[in-house]
Formats: sequence, C-alpha cells, structure tokens
Amino acid sequence: MDNILTAEHITKDFTNHRALDDVSVEVPRGKVYGLLGPNGAGKTTLIRIINHITAPDSGLVTFNGHQLTTDDVCRIGYLPEERGLYKKMKVGEQAIFFARLKGLSRAEATSRLKEWFERMEISDWWNKKVEELSKGMAQKVQFIVTVLHRPELLIFDEPFSGFDPINASILKREILKLRDEGSTIIFSTHNMSSVEELCDNITLINRSHNILSGSVGEVRERFADNRYLLTYRGDTRRLFEATDRIGARAEVGDCDKMGNQTASLWIGNAGEKRELISAVNEAVDVCTFEQFIPSMDDIFVAAVKANEQEMGR
Amino acid sequence: MANTLLLTIEREYFERVKRKSFIISTILVPVVMILLMLAPAFFMFFNKSELKKIQVVDYTGVVAQRLEGNDEVAFEVATASVDSLRNNEDAGMILVIGKDAVSDPTHDITLLSRGSVSMMTDAFITRQIEGAIEDVRLETYNIPDIKKIMENVQADVTMTTVRIDREEDQETSTELSYFLSLTMDMLLYMFILIYGQMVMTSIIEEKNNRVLELVVSSVKPFQLMFGKIAGVGLVAITQILLWAVLIGTVISIATPFLTPESMGQDVPIEMMSAVSQFTDPGFLLSLLVYTILFFIGGFLFYSSIYAAIGSAVSNIQDASQLSSIATMPVIIGIVGSMAILSDPDSTLAFWVSIIPFTSPMGMMARLPYGVPGWEMALSLVLLYISFVFMIWLCAKIYRVGIFMHGKKPNFIEIIRWARYK
Repeated sequence: MDNILTAEHITKDFTNHRALDDVSVEVPRGKVYGLLGPNGAGKTTLIRIINHITAPDSGLVTFNGHQLTTDDVCRIGYLPEERGLYKKMKVGEQAIFFARLKGLSRAEATSRLKEWFERMEISDWWNKKVEELSKGMAQKVQFIVTVLHRPELLIFDEPFSGFDPINASILKREILKLRDEGSTIIFSTHNMSSVEELCDNITLINRSHNILSGSVGEVRERFADNRYLLTYRGDTRRLFEATDRIGARAEVGDCDKMGNQTASLWIGNAGEKRELISAVNEAVDVCTFEQFIPSMDDIFVAAVKANEQEMGR
Repeated sequence: MANTLLLTIEREYFERVKRKSFIISTILVPVVMILLMLAPAFFMFFNKSELKKIQVVDYTGVVAQRLEGNDEVAFEVATASVDSLRNNEDAGMILVIGKDAVSDPTHDITLLSRGSVSMMTDAFITRQIEGAIEDVRLETYNIPDIKKIMENVQADVTMTTVRIDREEDQETSTELSYFLSLTMDMLLYMFILIYGQMVMTSIIEEKNNRVLELVVSSVKPFQLMFGKIAGVGLVAITQILLWAVLIGTVISIATPFLTPESMGQDVPIEMMSAVSQFTDPGFLLSLLVYTILFFIGGFLFYSSIYAAIGSAVSNIQDASQLSSIATMPVIIGIVGSMAILSDPDSTLAFWVSIIPFTSPMGMMARLPYGVPGWEMALSLVLLYISFVFMIWLCAKIYRVGIFMHGKKPNFIEIIRWARYK
C-alpha cells in the first residue's frame, strides 16, 4: 500500500514518564486517518514528532518514502489543539505571514487568501485585529492558514472543539473536499461520532502504546462479536428457555419508547443465526431483530478497558 | 530555511515599530529628558520672584552693613528690637548677630524664621556672614591694601594629565572620563534591562497566546528565538537612533537660548577644556565602534538568557524571580565598574572587563580611560563566543519550555530540559 507517512517504533521519554513507547503508524495516501485516544495518551506528542517540532528518542519517521526533514514541513499543514494567533496583528497580514513561512510568495498568498476568505464568507475580517474576533471566528482563520499552502498532508488536532454545529459541519465538508482533491488527512480526536463520519483508518493510542490499528470497517468487524439486538413483546422466561436450548446467551435490557422489551443475544458463531431467529420467533412476539454494529465509542471504551486490564496484570 | 528566519525578524520588527506604545515612548522619552535638562533653569526662573527679606539685628555694629543680598535674599538693618520684630507678622526672617560674633562666630548668631529655610538660603546667609566677619578681622591687622593682597594670593589650579605609556603622549581628562564611564555604564544597564526584558515578555505573551505551536511547525525554535532577539535588537537600534535625532534636533535649536546662566549652573572651565581634548577623531571613532560592539554583544548575551527564562514560565509574575539570574550579573558588573572607576588599571578591573557576564559593563567603564588593544580583543572574542554558547543552551531550554504550561519550573528542572533530544 502507498503510505504517505510512516512512523516506526517511536519512543519518547520525558523526565517523569514515557510519552510514547514503541509506537508505529502507517498513514495511507489520500485517506482520512484518525488518531484516537484518551487525554494524555501521547497523541499530541506523536503529532509534534510528525511535524518535526520535537525529535523522538528513538524510531524513524518517513515522509513520501524518505526520512522526514525540515524541508518537508512546507508540505504539511498543521492545526494544533492549542489554538492561538498573534492577537495584535491584523487577520489578513497574519495569514500572509504564516503562508510565507510555508514558502508562498506574498502575492501568491494574498490571492489564495482572498479566495478562501470569500469561500468561508469572512472577507470583511481582513483588516480586523485578531483580538476583535470571537473564538469561532479565529478558528476559521486558523483553518485557512493550515490549508492555504495546499499541503499533501494535513494534520488536525481536535479540529471540532470550540466550533458550533453549523461551523463544524462546514469544516467537515471542507475536510472531505480536501481529501477528494488528493490530500491526506490525519486527525486526532476523542470525539467518536466525527470518526465514524470521516475516518477511513484509525489508530488508537492508550498509555503511550498503539493498542489498535486498521481500517474502520475491519476494526468494527473485529469488535462485532456476534451480538444481535432484539425488541419483542411476550414472556421473557420463554425467551431464556429458547436461547438456552440452542446454546446462545441472552441479556434483557430496558423497555424502549414503544413499550417493547429489549434484549441482547450472543451466539457462538454466525452460522447459527437462522436457528437463533427461528427459536426466538417461536418463543416471543418479535418486533425487530438486527445485528449489533459497535459504534466507535463502544470500540474505544472496550479497547481501552481491555488494555488497562492487560497493563494491570 | 534562512528565509523563515528573515520572516520572523521582519514580523517581530514591524509589529513592534507599528505599535502605538513604541511611537509614544519614542516621542515621550526625549521630551521627558529635555524637560529634565531644562528643569533647573525652569525652577530658577520661578524661584526668582520670591524675594526673602531679612531684618538684621546686629549687636556688633560692624557686620550688618557688610552683608550683600542677591536675587533671592535682601538684608535690611533692623530699626526695631528683636522682641517687637518677633511679634510683627510681616517682619520676615530675623537675623540676630550677638556682640561677640566676630571673636566667636560659632555661637551667638541666630536666624529666626517663620517657616522652613532652604539649604541654599541657609548656605548663602552663612557665607555672607563669614565673608563679613573675615573682612572685619582682616581690618584689625591694619595692613594697607590687604584686600588686594588677598586677591593676588588666591590661586586657581588646572592640572593636565598626560599618559606617557602610549606611542604618542596623550592628554587625558579624568573628570570627563569618569563622567563618560558612568553615563555609558548606566545606558548599557538600561539598554540590557529594558530590551532584554522586552524579549522575555514578548515570549511569555506568545506562549500564553498559544500561537507558538503553530509557528514552530514551520520555524525551528532556534530560529524563532534568534529572530525575536534580532527583531527586538533592531527595534532598540531604531529607537535609539530616533531618540538621538530628536534630542539632537531639539538641542541644536535650543542651544542659542541655553547659555550657562540660564541653565542655572556654571560649566567648569576644566570640563570645557577637557571636551576639547576629547576631539581626537581616531580616539572618538574607536570609542564609538567598541561601544557599539559591547552594546550589541551584551544585549545578545543577556537577551538569550531572558528568552530562556521567558520560555520557561507562564506569566510575568513567575518570571520576575527567575529573571534575577540575568539581572544579578548585570548589577555585579555595574558594581564592579564602580571599583574600576576608582582604579581603571587594577587587577579587579581587568577581570571584571574580561569575564563575559560582566565584561560589557566593565569595558564600558574602562573604555574612556583607554584599554590595551589585546585586552579589548580578548574581551570581545570571549563575549561573542559565550554568546554563541549561551544562545545554543538557551535555545535548547526554549524549545522545551514553550510547551510547558502550569507549574513554575525550578532552576534544576530548566537545566534538565537542555538535555532533551
């Protein structure tokens, strides 16, 4: 597979703790790659290493097949989690400064910025000072600064925090558009619903370790564990008898809004699904029967918990 | 990536120069300085209107008529008794000269005043009485033309100091050298403190803005730090040049009106002749070049320390304690310079002006007295080498410090950061 970026066996120590311990990731070109993990797991440290801001104690980062160098940062766009701009500078002047840092000429930067400011409908902010902008407004400016030099690789650290739903959806639209135009996107978050909407691949980092990697579909299947969701009316005792008879396991939950009883059913392997349906159908009045697809939230919690237990042992 | 360094310097420079506070301070400082220079003349002018009348009750009968008043003080021989004058609110001050004042002037002379008497007035009256009593005493010797003889006897001495340890004998002026040393040391002290701390506060501001992470994703921390120091340094140079031009213009316009009398002070003749001795263009040029080199070297050296401190803390309050790391050596240098002024060729003077921490201050103090070339070269080379080392060390601290928020680190922790990869 064509990887735009790989990190191999990255380790990074600080005075009192190990921020990253033998972490490897492979980011395929042209995809949206989610970097997930609880707070303090080491995501930001990894992102800083990828951005060539800090150096790893050991391990190697490659970009387009060669070792990452200072010159590559011009082809990376980075929106840090800790967002800030120079407060006293005017918006337009500031955006030009950051664009020039990434290697654009003043003229080129200006014309591209005008375009983007129109696209995001913020043209009249050009001569405002940043301190006059609201937090959300400043974030729009930062987003533009990040993408302006048309980087091959975009890194967003918690991009949606602080955005209202309308602006968040504008941002999502723009991110997907950038991917369709050929950019690769890494984004770090603990907001799982955005992962489901946007990501093609994920890596889950917990306590400085990479505990889960793969495409979203793959990961989901791995965590699906042959669970089915049932809503029904009728005698719960008969449901248990039926599942016991075929060797399945049932767990009864609350009533749903329609007044139907809910239950989760597990079977040993998917082949017995038809048997389960007919057994349950005989026992109770079935309203719905569906395969359980774990949300990224569930996977996140399950994987972190499993990892914690393993570490505890 | 030299381009990003230039860009950072450019941004730092123009952002500062365009600020209102810069424009205001650039205009205000010369105005304040000129006001301070004019203040003595100003006060003199207003004090003149207040004429103090002094009623002199003279029991000797010979002193009172010899007292001469000036613009501020007028003596009048009293016609009333002390008691009645005391009770008369309009009588002003009363000077009582006892009958034994000529033989024993340490007792028996009293000034009765309603309200406080300034030191100047006090001194003036005392001097007048002294003169009068001296005259009276001289007359008792009955020597003809005694006044003329005394005037002939009085001698005003002006000594010329010539240094003979140079290739050419060189006339020097100790007064002027002293004055120059002191002024330049104070200027350097202010220069390092004001602009060094400007570097520090601007880094703290950037850190609190959280803009740094965005910047360091395109600029190496070292370049960012050096860009800031260089930018602020250029701002300092701009500001000082503007001040020089502003003050120079005002003074050249005002000079015709600023005669020594209007300044309210006499310019000593020694000083005037000393200034003329200092006009050797070669000496002046070397003085200027070395001054600039030490100002720049001192600023670079200390502002890198200030930059490291700024990066390590999260707010100005925390910085004040740590910044003593930078301020202490500067003060030690100034104190050392005071010792230099009393003996510019001592061993202490040598070491203070060679060791990089204090050398800018030390050399500033020694420069006007003349310093051997090799000492100057050694001091400069050491200063610039240690600047390179200091900025390398501080950049390592800076690189880690800018991402540290919250608790104020102690000195040991900061040094440990320098070892991070």
